[in-house]
Amino acid sequence: MATLHTRSAARLMIAPSVLLLLAWMIVPLAMTIYFSFLRYNLLMPGMEEFAGFSNYKYFLTDPAFFQALFNTLAIVLGVLFITVVGGIALALLLDQPMFGQGIVRILVIAPFLIMPTVAALVWKNMFMNPVNGLFAWLAKLFGLQPFDFLANAPLMSVILIVAWQWLPFATLILLTALQSLDEEQKEAAQMDGASAWSRFIYLVLPHLSRAITVVILIQTIFLLSVFAEILVTTNGGPGTQSTNLTFLVYAQALLQFDVGGASAGGIIAVILANIVAFFLMRMIGKTLEA
Amino acid sequence: MGNITLRNVSKVFGAHAVIPSIDLNINDGEFVVFVGPSGCGKSTLLRLIAGLEDVSDGEIVIDGKNATELPPAQRGLSMVFQSYALYPHMSVRSNIGFPLKMANEDKAVIDKKVADAARVLNLTDYLDRKPRQLSGGQRQRVAIGRAIVRQPKAFLFDEPLSNLDAALRVNMRLEISQLHQDLKTTMVYVTHDQVEAMTMADKIVVLNRGRIEQVGSPLDLYHKPDNLFVAGFIGSPRMNFVSGAPAAAYQAHTMGIRPEHLVLSKENGTWAGTVGVAEHLGSDTFLHVNVDNIGTMTARVGGDFPVTHGDRVFLTPDAQRVHRFDDKGLAVR
Repeated sequence: MATLHTRSAARLMIAPSVLLLLAWMIVPLAMTIYFSFLRYNLLMPGMEEFAGFSNYKYFLTDPAFFQALFNTLAIVLGVLFITVVGGIALALLLDQPMFGQGIVRILVIAPFLIMPTVAALVWKNMFMNPVNGLFAWLAKLFGLQPFDFLANAPLMSVILIVAWQWLPFATLILLTALQSLDEEQKEAAQMDGASAWSRFIYLVLPHLSRAITVVILIQTIFLLSVFAEILVTTNGGPGTQSTNLTFLVYAQALLQFDVGGASAGGIIAVILANIVAFFLMRMIGKTLEA
Repeated sequence: MGNITLRNVSKVFGAHAVIPSIDLNINDGEFVVFVGPSGCGKSTLLRLIAGLEDVSDGEIVIDGKNATELPPAQRGLSMVFQSYALYPHMSVRSNIGFPLKMANEDKAVIDKKVADAARVLNLTDYLDRKPRQLSGGQRQRVAIGRAIVRQPKAFLFDEPLSNLDAALRVNMRLEISQLHQDLKTTMVYVTHDQVEAMTMADKIVVLNRGRIEQVGSPLDLYHKPDNLFVAGFIGSPRMNFVSGAPAAAYQAHTMGIRPEHLVLSKENGTWAGTVGVAEHLGSDTFLHVNVDNIGTMTARVGGDFPVTHGDRVFLTPDAQRVHRFDDKGLAVR
């Protein structure tokens, strides 16, 4: 694309897809913003009227909003912590030469390939169920009272399920990064008298920092909008104990039929996501330029 | 101090014996070069000494103590790797100071030793840079600095100059030789480049297929090679080998004559031939001559010898300098 002619030709060729993408994004956003200023309830069709910022006011002052905000952050941070720490540990283990390496690696990846709804159902009915679940059976085996995970620790249970799904992803990315560590560097550290722990701290962790950043970035994008796992297992409850922002917006729109309020919630979620993205990008910029 | 003794050391990977069995004595303060073609086991031998590979059999004695089972860090040796193996996220200062930090040295002691090493190696201005901001030669010096600060019993070099360009290689060669003069520490150096071996070594160990072909000083190997392999490997351009009738005249199965020991003439001589390629280096000219009934021979003559492709020339071997080998390839003296 050296000459002016080829450059303008290229722009012309790209234009339709750019316009299409722009419309695809702008139209829903504009409509959401429009709805967020309307009193728009599905139970009262034809009664829409301009409502100013009242939708925002009701959504932001709703006690469920703060609970949802906290839950969203708890899910993101909790899952990130479990997957990064667990991912590093698993990657270190899988990096060791062992019998049946290929099969073990495929097995480790498997949870990532299972649909969220299916995974959540499996956990809900086969593991966490207080009567028939595996955990309940284990507890009874030791003469303990079975623990009803979804009723007593709903948020922790959701975090556990989502972390189980994302652990393979983190493991895979960290494992490939681990394998790209120069063998001679490890040997040099060995000659320099570094113990296995020192080699991990001074050599492996700095080498993994980039991969860890990528894992955090990609997972945060998806973890902000966890939905299926909550809908299938706890339905946001008990009360709003496991409701995150995504689920709150859904509940507002399709359980309370308040499209206006849900739209306002959607816009707030977009703004919050952008704030998170801003900090993430700064963090990434720092790690990736080094 | 830094003497290293190998007794019956062997290394087997699966069914493949990389090193069948080696006995070798490295004296304190010596500069020993392991040289040989690629795949001859010279790097493996160095890694056995370093402790990065386990010996399959035999024992390694360092400084009078059996070090066969010791982990690398406790052998008191430092190694400079081919890829330098610097820690990319650490500054030059931290790289050089890393072995001391691992040994739990005092912060002040580390700073002083690092500063000393940096001064010796001309790295003082670069202490706060990261390895990727350095040139190849500077990285090499950082790797050497990291080896020096531990004050090891011996240095191990694994083809340290092979990633440098030709001019820098000559420089670093001098610097390493200089360093050896200053420190007087045992150095074991692996290379496939016989020029490096000849210029730096006190003692050269020529390896081939995991076996020691000959051990000796550079000039020993040049003047009195034990066998065909050493004769062909040491010296550049390599020695010419002739077998059959011309060799029989010297009572040998094969005769060897170095390019610099052939006398060239345009009028008369022992062998007649046609010049194939003439490489003019200025100081010297290397002539590749197609000798009638024998084959290609290389001759080294003065830079101004006036010949070109296709000229007829005559070669006469210097009878005093002819090497004779029997039918097993061993030297006849």
